[in-house]
Amino acid sequence: MKEQMIKDGLRFDGRRFDELRQIEARVGILKNADGSAYFRLGDSIAIAGVYGPRKVFPKHQEESERAILRTRYNMAAFSTTERSRPGPSRRSTEISMVTRQALMPVIFLDEFPRTAIDVHIEVLQADASTRCVGINAAALALADAGVPMRDLVASCSAGKIDGHVVLDIAGKEDTEGELDLPVAYYPHEKKITLLQMDGLASQPEIKDIIQLAIKGCEKIYEKQKEALRKKYAIEGEV
Amino acid sequence: MIGIDSELIREIVARDKRIDNRSFDEYRNVVVEQGVVKQAEGSARVRIGNTEVIAGVKMGVGEPFPDTPNEGVLMVAAEFLPLASPEFESGPPGEESIELARVVDRAIRESKAIDFKKLFITEEKVWMVYIDIDILDDDGNLFDAACLAAVAALKNAKIPELDEKQAPVYEKKGTQPLPMNSIPVSTTFVKIGNNILTDPSLAELEAMDARLTVGTVNAGDGIQFCSMQKGGATGLAVEDVEKILEMAERKGDELRKKIK
Repeated sequence: MKEQMIKDGLRFDGRRFDELRQIEARVGILKNADGSAYFRLGDSIAIAGVYGPRKVFPKHQEESERAILRTRYNMAAFSTTERSRPGPSRRSTEISMVTRQALMPVIFLDEFPRTAIDVHIEVLQADASTRCVGINAAALALADAGVPMRDLVASCSAGKIDGHVVLDIAGKEDTEGELDLPVAYYPHEKKITLLQMDGLASQPEIKDIIQLAIKGCEKIYEKQKEALRKKYAIEGEV
Repeated sequence: MIGIDSELIREIVARDKRIDNRSFDEYRNVVVEQGVVKQAEGSARVRIGNTEVIAGVKMGVGEPFPDTPNEGVLMVAAEFLPLASPEFESGPPGEESIELARVVDRAIRESKAIDFKKLFITEEKVWMVYIDIDILDDDGNLFDAACLAAVAALKNAKIPELDEKQAPVYEKKGTQPLPMNSIPVSTTFVKIGNNILTDPSLAELEAMDARLTVGTVNAGDGIQFCSMQKGGATGLAVEDVEKILEMAERKGDELRKKIK
């Protein structure tokens, strides 16, 4: 018997329809990486490490006019309920690809020809919307590495549960819900850099879900900026 | 084949034209042939312009997934054959091939077109539906061609009969069609400069800013959206996405008519 996902206008974890889970964002958490970040959305946690711009190995991958962006999304074996076998899967390969395309639009790749910028995302704890958490961490790590960007990229999901449009899909809302729509967005130019959807909905519903996801991205963006300010604020200065 | 310069494509599109004289919302010639591979339970060959793909459906008996013990299993895979393009290399599937297979799978699975419960045989035994897509010639828009071929092959498929040991009898062609109650279809759009074009050719994909592939299905009470996948290295404005959703409904229905 499918458990009721909405009770008294609240979701299974007590959130309102348009409420994000609790956010935690920290920057500069690793010593070796040029830039790094930790991002948490409820029980989904990812860390990202960035190396670059640096020399390209293998050399044949380098581009004469711009830097190449290489992105790897990976889930730790212990991050999921059942242990996931280490190494890339078809799913993580697809997510690595869309994550790269989510970050590329904001990076001034032309400024670093014949180099590589490598982004490594590790999901430490998975409770749905992990690709969004990964992108949020990656954007912060790139900023921490001093990679020049047009803007930060913020990402979150929205969807449909029991016919209701909701923000930030968590846990069993992913498996039991009707629709999941992750988005990545950069507010400065109001552009969407990641957009995927699985589920079933009408055109007006999809439009509402996208708008809600963008609102969520804008809130996450504020938290990302806060994390950067905290790291780079000088003691005693406002 | 000589590659067409991306700058030239962008210039032509900025003047509201396409290099093959199509209008922005026009598909190339679409041809769907079903039942082209005798050994497959279902098959289809699709051409969109010069792009050509073949999809084959094979069915076998296997174990269901633990969380859906009464349902059949769908697996979609794609091969970007080296003969299809000078860019394709032999070897294990690359990221583009994996993405394509997963996006086609998503459109079919999320559309709920297949009633997986009807593929239940007995305890611990269900029908496994394998869709394999072979790309034979790449002139762009592999997503739509692949999805059309996969769905046409599913529509063409007949479930094999089972012998007394509940193993499929492949030698005899089954009579029972695969239970499909709607037709999911993929439509792909690209943004080039300020314009949105449907059914991009290979040259248009290379010149594009961004791509959005949208799956739609003719559910009982109108058209529903079942999948979306954005690609490309540039962002899309919300208005672009909304325009594409609107075009996807129309173009999806056109493609749907190509499947019997």
